[in-house]
Amino acid sequence: MIYLNAFLFAGFVCMIAQIILDKTKLTPGHITVIFVVLGAFLDIFNIYDQIILWAGGGALVPITSFGHNLTHGAIHGYNTEGVLGLFSGTLDLTAAGISAAIIFAFFMSLIFEPKD
Amino acid sequence: MNQKYQEIVKKNSPKENVLINAVVAFITGGIMGIIGQALIDGYTTWLDISTKEATVCMLVTLIFFTCLFTSLGFFDKFVNFCKCGLIIPITGFAHATMSAALEYRKEGLVTGIGMNMLKLSGAVIIFGVVSSFVFSLLRMVVGLI
Repeated sequence: MIYLNAFLFAGFVCMIAQIILDKTKLTPGHITVIFVVLGAFLDIFNIYDQIILWAGGGALVPITSFGHNLTHGAIHGYNTEGVLGLFSGTLDLTAAGISAAIIFAFFMSLIFEPKD
Repeated sequence: MNQKYQEIVKKNSPKENVLINAVVAFITGGIMGIIGQALIDGYTTWLDISTKEATVCMLVTLIFFTCLFTSLGFFDKFVNFCKCGLIIPITGFAHATMSAALEYRKEGLVTGIGMNMLKLSGAVIIFGVVSSFVFSLLRMVVGLI
């Protein structure tokens, strides 16, 4: 059942993004930023956690979960360390994704030639 | 003259089929969601780790394969076909990083790869961090009341 939910939610998010991309003059960069901010916003009152419980991986794969993890880390940091935690906790949960992208991209760009 | 030109441009520019694009994005995005859920399930059963760790493993796996396929040259074709079905999942972030790194590698290690790798995906990180700071501040203020 969770697979169906994952399919529906991830597909729905991508479809909305595609419609925005086609109907307006925004670039893919704008749309990714909009969805990150939306994900960060949905985490304020733990709405996104409910979505993750419902859709599982379908809610964790789209870029909205990136924003969700950023806010989640910042709030968790505030709860454990106080105001300083807002700064130290923000990148806690997303660090793996950012580091992985940078490390893989660096080494692979050394190995591979760009294809045209 | 200018108006006429605009009309000609409008008539001859290819019409993007919004409906077909939306359906393709829905299906490919949904498949990405299923792959994510399947990887989480697989990691929790095979490696015997918690769901949270499995999520991180899943994201790293997806990023790795996106970087690999982009370097091998055929991920761009997927993106051209699926558009938002692959841009909105975490694959879009990895694809932007990887293609910027490949594009600028000729200009050297520091001035090429180092300075330009986050050119496209930097927007995501910056706006994500700024907005999450603002939102958690908001949550903090609401919590104090």
